[in-house]
Amino acid sequence: MIDKTCLLENIRKQFKDGMTVMVGGFGVPGTPFTLIDALLETGSTDLTLIKNEANEDHLGLSRLIEAGRAKKLVTSHLGLNATVISMMNRGEIEVEFYPQGILAEKIRAGGAGLCGILTDIGIDTILAQNKELITVNGQRVMVEPALRADVALIHAAAADPFGNLIYEKSARNFNPAMATAAETVIVETERLVEPGELAPDAIHTPGGFIDHVVVLDQLSDEYGILEHHVL
Amino acid sequence: MSYKEKIAKRAAAEIQAGQIINLGIGIPTLIPKYLAGRKQVVVHSENGILGLGNPCRRGSEDRNLIDAGGTYVTIETGGAYFDSVLSFSLVRGGRLDLAVIGALQVSAAGDLANWIIPGKYAPGIGGGMELAQKARRLIITTTHTTRDGKPKILEHCDLPLTAKGCVDTIITELAVMDVVAEGLLLREIAAETELEIVVAQTGAKVILPPGDVPRF
Repeated sequence: MIDKTCLLENIRKQFKDGMTVMVGGFGVPGTPFTLIDALLETGSTDLTLIKNEANEDHLGLSRLIEAGRAKKLVTSHLGLNATVISMMNRGEIEVEFYPQGILAEKIRAGGAGLCGILTDIGIDTILAQNKELITVNGQRVMVEPALRADVALIHAAAADPFGNLIYEKSARNFNPAMATAAETVIVETERLVEPGELAPDAIHTPGGFIDHVVVLDQLSDEYGILEHHVL
Repeated sequence: MSYKEKIAKRAAAEIQAGQIINLGIGIPTLIPKYLAGRKQVVVHSENGILGLGNPCRRGSEDRNLIDAGGTYVTIETGGAYFDSVLSFSLVRGGRLDLAVIGALQVSAAGDLANWIIPGKYAPGIGGGMELAQKARRLIITTTHTTRDGKPKILEHCDLPLTAKGCVDTIITELAVMDVVAEGLLLREIAAETELEIVVAQTGAKVILPPGDVPRF
């Protein structure tokens, strides 16, 4: 089997100024904190970031944005990140919002080699302003272009050397779609398993989509429980 | 019982056995405790869970298991995990029987505004637009008026819309109203209020049912 395992220090050369980066995760679950930290350490700037949210203040993707590395964020909701909302309001970062499932579908389309999707979500709202509208089967719909990235950063619970992946619980979220939608797809995995150890029927993302597999020696505190969300 | 609990309890009574439901942030998150023992209701969470269980007891949190609001949760027996694409296929594809979400404004025609106050509040769209537009039934749980006493239920929303004509029922601390073809039909009023107060605090024409208005 092809071996795509790669040391973290060798991943850094994938990061360049001005690139577009998709980042998996919905809150802490599924966010590739170690790969985000690596991107932060390279000093790459002028980035366009695509993620469901920006993590919470001073965590994960937010650290990259707070360090001034991103010119643009394509996202769904920033309700738990007052810092990034303030930066947006001060004009320090351009933010493009999409309905959550439409963001997911734009990424899916990009990964599936499609040019875009047709949707009626938000058709009667300000969301339809400046959008291309067409009529399909007698219904007015919006054209939403597909989204792709130069690099996707993915977090998996388990991977084999080829990049067959399994995600865990609510950490799956945007990871499978993003793993299909970038020129270079980098996975960090909590566990590296032997080829054949993952049951073929249980694999969530087949390794054909993956370029590099980074094995996490240990999980930093960032992956842990957020005390303020504990009841 | 706080006004939020009262609204949540009344909203829970609208939920039918056999339904797949989604509960938004705020007051709707208080609903599950009033569904206790009703095993035939399945809760969906946007981040990829069907069969969402109760929030975790302190000390049993799983770092990989949260709901869409970030709370550590559990999963019911028979629950499933999936990705964000499939999660919204379920919503837009018409498999969600009911969504209960909050509002900034609701109109007599069932228009909903709940995602942006231009220049003041713009956290993004999240899953709300898809829930509002595509859930088979949409219940709004909200206070009857804003903090400074202005009606939230209006003839027309002046805030940017989330979706047009999407609201079926409005539940506040004062009243339960259904959006019908003719406008807002009052179904019930709270035990501790008066009909005149409900009408005065509603910024749209209220259609009264025949006879006494039931109390909740």
